[in-house]
Amino acid sequence: MPLSWAVVFLPWAGALLLALLPRERPAALANIAVSAASLGLALFLLRHPGGVEGWTHVDALNLPLVLLSFVIGLTTAIFSLGAVGAERFDALRLRAYHVAFQVFMGAQALALLADNMGVMWVAIEIATLASVLIVAVHGTPAAIEAAWKLFILCGVGIALALFGTIILYLAAQPFVGHGDSGLSWTVLHGLAERCDPGVLNLAFVFLLVGYGTKAGLVPLHSWLPDAEAEGPIAISAVLSGLLLNAALHAVIRAKAVVGVHPGAVSPGPFLIAFGLASLLLAAFTLWRRRDARRFFAWSSIEHMGLAAFAFGLGGPTANLAGLLHMLGHSLCKSAVFFGVGHAAQLKGSQKTAAIGGLAASHPGLGWGLALAIGAVAGLPPFALFASEFLIVSDAAASRWWLILPLGLGLLTAAAAKLQILQALCLGEPTPDAATAPPGWTGRTTLGPIWAHLGLALLLGFALPAPFAALLAAAARIPG
Amino acid sequence: MSFGQLPYDVSHLLGGGMLLLSFVLLYQRRVGAVINALALQGGILALAAAWQALVQGAPQLYLTALIAFGAKAVLIPLALRTLLRRLDLHRTVETALGIGPSLVAGVALVALAILVVLPITAGSRAIAREDLALALSVVLLGMLMMITRRNAILQVAGLMTLENGLILAAVGVAGMPLVVELSTAALVMMLLVVGGVFVFQIRERFDTVDTGFLERHRGEAE
Repeated sequence: MPLSWAVVFLPWAGALLLALLPRERPAALANIAVSAASLGLALFLLRHPGGVEGWTHVDALNLPLVLLSFVIGLTTAIFSLGAVGAERFDALRLRAYHVAFQVFMGAQALALLADNMGVMWVAIEIATLASVLIVAVHGTPAAIEAAWKLFILCGVGIALALFGTIILYLAAQPFVGHGDSGLSWTVLHGLAERCDPGVLNLAFVFLLVGYGTKAGLVPLHSWLPDAEAEGPIAISAVLSGLLLNAALHAVIRAKAVVGVHPGAVSPGPFLIAFGLASLLLAAFTLWRRRDARRFFAWSSIEHMGLAAFAFGLGGPTANLAGLLHMLGHSLCKSAVFFGVGHAAQLKGSQKTAAIGGLAASHPGLGWGLALAIGAVAGLPPFALFASEFLIVSDAAASRWWLILPLGLGLLTAAAAKLQILQALCLGEPTPDAATAPPGWTGRTTLGPIWAHLGLALLLGFALPAPFAALLAAAARIPG
Repeated sequence: MSFGQLPYDVSHLLGGGMLLLSFVLLYQRRVGAVINALALQGGILALAAAWQALVQGAPQLYLTALIAFGAKAVLIPLALRTLLRRLDLHRTVETALGIGPSLVAGVALVALAILVVLPITAGSRAIAREDLALALSVVLLGMLMMITRRNAILQVAGLMTLENGLILAAVGVAGMPLVVELSTAALVMMLLVVGGVFVFQIRERFDTVDTGFLERHRGEAE
């Protein structure tokens, strides 16, 4: 079996194993073991020569995203060990939770590694269905409501993406003939120049709207805050950190294909418009949130908008900034979700008003969370500062008139985040809930938070040279 | 291949039949009648796929036809009927946009689909481009149904017609790889949601949407 398929099937095999474990602690430990083994296997992809292998491929663009997925998968599994107790699952729900988690991880890897558009679509569909199951697992009215919204909106989204896939094949059909190669991103990229520009345009619109729904771009974002706020606590981290990246990656691939043809519509302005709309709507909505997890879900919409904006600008610098932004956002945002999730368990509520003064009552958690929120707000020295700096300076150089809406969105959102940083971490501590989680769960929370912050710091200011070269190569792919 | 030749005419007839049923779905006032129309549309989809298998000489499309018939014309409609009875759901269609305006909007969407697809696919073969226009119309009408109907069961029905349109498009494009796999994967989504409702018996959510209920549970109510 080629390595890229092994990376996909290991989590799926792990899901089968986890289906057999009805008890909480062994299942959570096995979940960590499977996640660690997947990460170990994925690291071998670094030595992969690259190129297309049947339905999959490894290149500079998907390699960092796959590695990041498995890193966050592992830290989320560690966090979940401490957090799953407070969810009070029965045996059936516990199995469903762990199985869906590993199915999601495998599908996420496949969605990134797929060279075949059809396989990518199926992978994103599986990831969606797994996330619907995880969000619904509590079965409370709020969870069902969130899962329903996720299912209906993303169902429409991925249906439209399939339509776009069919049309893109129709564009390539005169040149590829029969066989699977007609759906290969690599083959299409080479052929796009000869395809009919009108058909390419139609395909791009459907792929953008379809996968854009999954990436949480405004105006198709409304499933995201519900799904991230109502699902089990550990899941917000992977939903926000991984699923959105896979969808945005699909949009970038479509942009790369359509952008090749000089006669087709330029995909950049579409991405810029969707990105700015997401950034501005989220930046102003942030001020009205009273639920901490919902607040940070909205902030994911803002950051995905910013990344889409960067890819819309195009060119090596902006693409590099966009990719760095995706990586940095995943790391910092999942750290925030770990911290907020643990704080919500300590305080017995996820309302912003119920969580306060964490730095005084729980110093490790409070300061870790404060740093993570600062990182998400784009403060130095973390990766998002570097990427936002690059995006702003590139926008200023190429299209100066974009600076006004961009700056307005960035500043409004950053101010909202600093305000919530003060509310959650500083000030007078609020009382803890009567049934606080046991003390050791603090360690399974703080470890992942600090690991993510360390990686985000590395990405922001001390990028290792081989990784920087990889990102630079990736930045040339979207065009 | 053009007008007057049997393969072209029959595939047009079947595609047109699916579009007609999309309109039938839009003007029903009883949920039971919607389910019947949905089953009929699934059956016609199966015929369309089988016809394409015959004229394209692509035997794997017979499998798509068989799966579409089994699941969309028989299994899912039966399951939806059982749900309707067992969960004692509302039997009348509740609309966000009235029946008349929905039909007008539907006609406008079909015109849009034709205006979008026909000019840009001028270079492709006639059968593919006109099938694509029909399929896009079915897709858009499915979306319209999801937007303008409040019952959750009708939203599922809308998503299903949307998918029928997709599969019509996929089987109409000669030589498209992985059609069987893709159409099956799309079907799995529908089966899982219907199955999920069965298992969890989500009566509250599957009945009408009560916006007050939504606000209470979104964590944002005062």
